[in-house]
Amino acid sequence: MLKSLADYIVFTLMGLTPGTHLGEALNFFIYDTIKIFFLLTVIIFVVAVIRSSFPPEKTKRILSHKRLYVGNVLAALLGIVTPFCSCSAVPLFIGFVESGVPLGVTFSFLVSSPMVNEVALIMLWGLFGWRIALIYIATGLLVAIVAGIVIGRLKMEKYVQDYVWEMQVGNGEIPVMSFRQKLDYAREYTTGLLKKIWPYVVVGVGIGGFIHGYAPQDFLVRYAGRDNPFAVPLAVLIGVPLYSNAAGVIPIVHALMEKGLPIGTTLAFMMAVTALSLPEAIILKNVLKNRLLAVFFGTVAGAIIIVGYLFNAIL
Amino acid sequence: MKIEILGTGCAKCKTLYENTKKALEESGKTGEVVKVEDIPTIMRYGVMSTPALVIDGQVKFSGKVASVGEIMGML
Repeated sequence: MLKSLADYIVFTLMGLTPGTHLGEALNFFIYDTIKIFFLLTVIIFVVAVIRSSFPPEKTKRILSHKRLYVGNVLAALLGIVTPFCSCSAVPLFIGFVESGVPLGVTFSFLVSSPMVNEVALIMLWGLFGWRIALIYIATGLLVAIVAGIVIGRLKMEKYVQDYVWEMQVGNGEIPVMSFRQKLDYAREYTTGLLKKIWPYVVVGVGIGGFIHGYAPQDFLVRYAGRDNPFAVPLAVLIGVPLYSNAAGVIPIVHALMEKGLPIGTTLAFMMAVTALSLPEAIILKNVLKNRLLAVFFGTVAGAIIIVGYLFNAIL
Repeated sequence: MKIEILGTGCAKCKTLYENTKKALEESGKTGEVVKVEDIPTIMRYGVMSTPALVIDGQVKFSGKVASVGEIMGML
């Protein structure tokens, strides 16, 4: 139905010919924009209602004193439903470790929460289909679990800033929201998020549409195809500074995949965009000493690169 | 009445601060609104997601921006 609407606008109302560069690029742009904004509005609202039942104060109580492995799996899963904003990373981190959540478990949460987020999932589902979206969730959780276990095993507690351990944390009696308040929260959250990301979506889909209509088929195969062993690490390196623009990056990546970017490289790139970011590193420097910060970035980047190679090899 | 806005200086914290000042003004009640940006104080309240609103030492909510009307109902 959306497809025929986009066809109608471009080929009938605007009188462009199907099959031409401009016609195809514009058709792609209009179709994707309508679809994505529809999905974003509906799903962000639903996710926000669910999230209002999982404040971090509650997640912390669930994870407190959980052991390695079980704790890491739980933390990665809770990372999906607990709202997270990198601006509250510091109180969140202190609240977790102070209440006895093991360091490795805390990191599983810190990796999964931004990476397996609703915006990335909607964009993936809308553009790539549910299969890729599911693969992204599953491998994202796996990266978070493995990275957390590795960091937990390395026993790096002494590389947390010393003041964190001396902090006095209140017991966190946060009033529970009524259903009415949850809906208000969800509405506010949805409009706030849409206001923030819509320009990135439009620009991203625009560039994606341009690539779709104008770039020659398979033009990427030569540079970033399966045969280039450096493509995956390079994709991760490029992805790190692009944080918070997942909404804009995914449509571009989608078009690139059509032109021959392999699936593993694509996944690795998107994970690097969402999971690792320089602003987050700067914020986390308040609670982590340099060595732990480097181990955190290194472990996550390493796990993402392995995911990239793995999917390039098997799919 | 002492109203505290907890947050480390993000955009949402500023919006909540403005909304709270407006709510106090419109309600006609007297009180002071202060921003609390230092981590130890925020942690003492047990708040893990910012911004949060505290009235007379009691956490009203955390991790969201409330509207002027909603805050007036809490004053």
